[in-house]
Amino acid sequence: MSFGPKAWIQQHWDARAALNFMLGGSGAGLLIAAALAYPASRVPVLVGLGLIAAGLGAVWLEIGRKLRAINVFVNPFTSWMTRESFAAVLVFALGAAALWQPQLFLPAAAGAALAFVFCQGQILRASKGIPAWRAPQVVLLIVSTSLAEGAGLCLMFTTTPLLLTWFGLALVLRGFAWTRYAAAVKNPALVDPAKALLQIGTVGALAFAILGYWVTGAAELAGAAAILTGLWLKFALVTRASLNQGFDLPRLPVRGAR
Amino acid sequence: MTRWAMVADLRRCVGCQTCTAACKQTNETPPGVQWRRVLDMEVGEYPDVRRAFVPVGCMHCDDPPCMHVCPSTATKKRADGIVTIDYDLCIGCAYCAVACPYQARYKSDADALRPNVATKCTFCVERIDAGLAKGLKPGVDPEATPACVNSCIANALHFGDVEDASSNISELLAENQHFRMHEELGTGPRFYYLWDKAQ
Repeated sequence: MSFGPKAWIQQHWDARAALNFMLGGSGAGLLIAAALAYPASRVPVLVGLGLIAAGLGAVWLEIGRKLRAINVFVNPFTSWMTRESFAAVLVFALGAAALWQPQLFLPAAAGAALAFVFCQGQILRASKGIPAWRAPQVVLLIVSTSLAEGAGLCLMFTTTPLLLTWFGLALVLRGFAWTRYAAAVKNPALVDPAKALLQIGTVGALAFAILGYWVTGAAELAGAAAILTGLWLKFALVTRASLNQGFDLPRLPVRGAR
Repeated sequence: MTRWAMVADLRRCVGCQTCTAACKQTNETPPGVQWRRVLDMEVGEYPDVRRAFVPVGCMHCDDPPCMHVCPSTATKKRADGIVTIDYDLCIGCAYCAVACPYQARYKSDADALRPNVATKCTFCVERIDAGLAKGLKPGVDPEATPACVNSCIANALHFGDVEDASSNISELLAENQHFRMHEELGTGPRFYYLWDKAQ
């Protein structure tokens, strides 16, 4: 047993940063789901853009020098945060165009949304000081939760068979991504959210999604289960599981050696 | 090519925190911000317990993750290896703070000189530059040496050019066994810990 400054939960990114991953991810996922399964409507596009804007607004509230936020665009060469910002600009530009001509611009907006969530995953992966974030498996986890939550949100607007199928696939992918991530990262703060994600958000949601082919309201319940469990997992990942690296002495000083 | 580095002799450090105080005074850091700190670590189980005092801070890594993630390019690395922060560019997003595996970065609204931006140990870069301009040798001449090194009562902290084979710290590293913290992460920290004499 060792005593000394042990790893502690990072205090730099709180719920405001988590909201960017939660709302931004869901909004981006909604744009993707809408492009695939509900391209005729403008409402999901509007909601998706609103969620992404809310997430970015939340993280803006966290930065120390808010009036300098424009500097976030300066380093696309190595910073995934800059790349996320560029992807966000693209999402808003193409999303606005999709509000005008959904059939024409929504697929491109969905592509930008996918890039946006990929950048979010890479932001965590590049955080070398946080073992639970820097695992390479975190990228697929973040992307898949976004797809599943977005598809779940889209179920609130329509329940076409194509959308239900996409939702099911996204849930399976998210379950697989979590299993892969959990095999690499053991973190007690994620145990409860992970149980909820797998039992309620995956198995339960899949069962309700299948019911949704015949029973009215079941698909919406499945969507809600997938959304809430996904959001809880991401919130826990950013704010509760974010133990830092701590300090380590591979060798102890040999006293009296000089 | 000059490459500044610091050496801490763990056999000599007594955990007096004089370096911490000297750093705070020199750099005017606010309460709760310690660019240089000394950890008090106990290792083992009774009755075989060992204690070590471990100075930590920014390691001025060869491949600093804080620099790569910085969206504003406020964090830069000089040719002499010192990692710097441009306080006028920094947006205070703290991405660098979560990217640093050494918990070396701070952001404080109580910092009168650098409010709400990322801060960390600079190796007292102003002292080094001013000293070099006067023809002094950092690590040897106190006026050109980081404040923490100057203040060390046990001669545990040393500073110098690790690329110069005849420098004070190159000689220390040759004469002693040493390690760098979290070396497995591949950041190439420029802060060496001496733990035993060379075999």
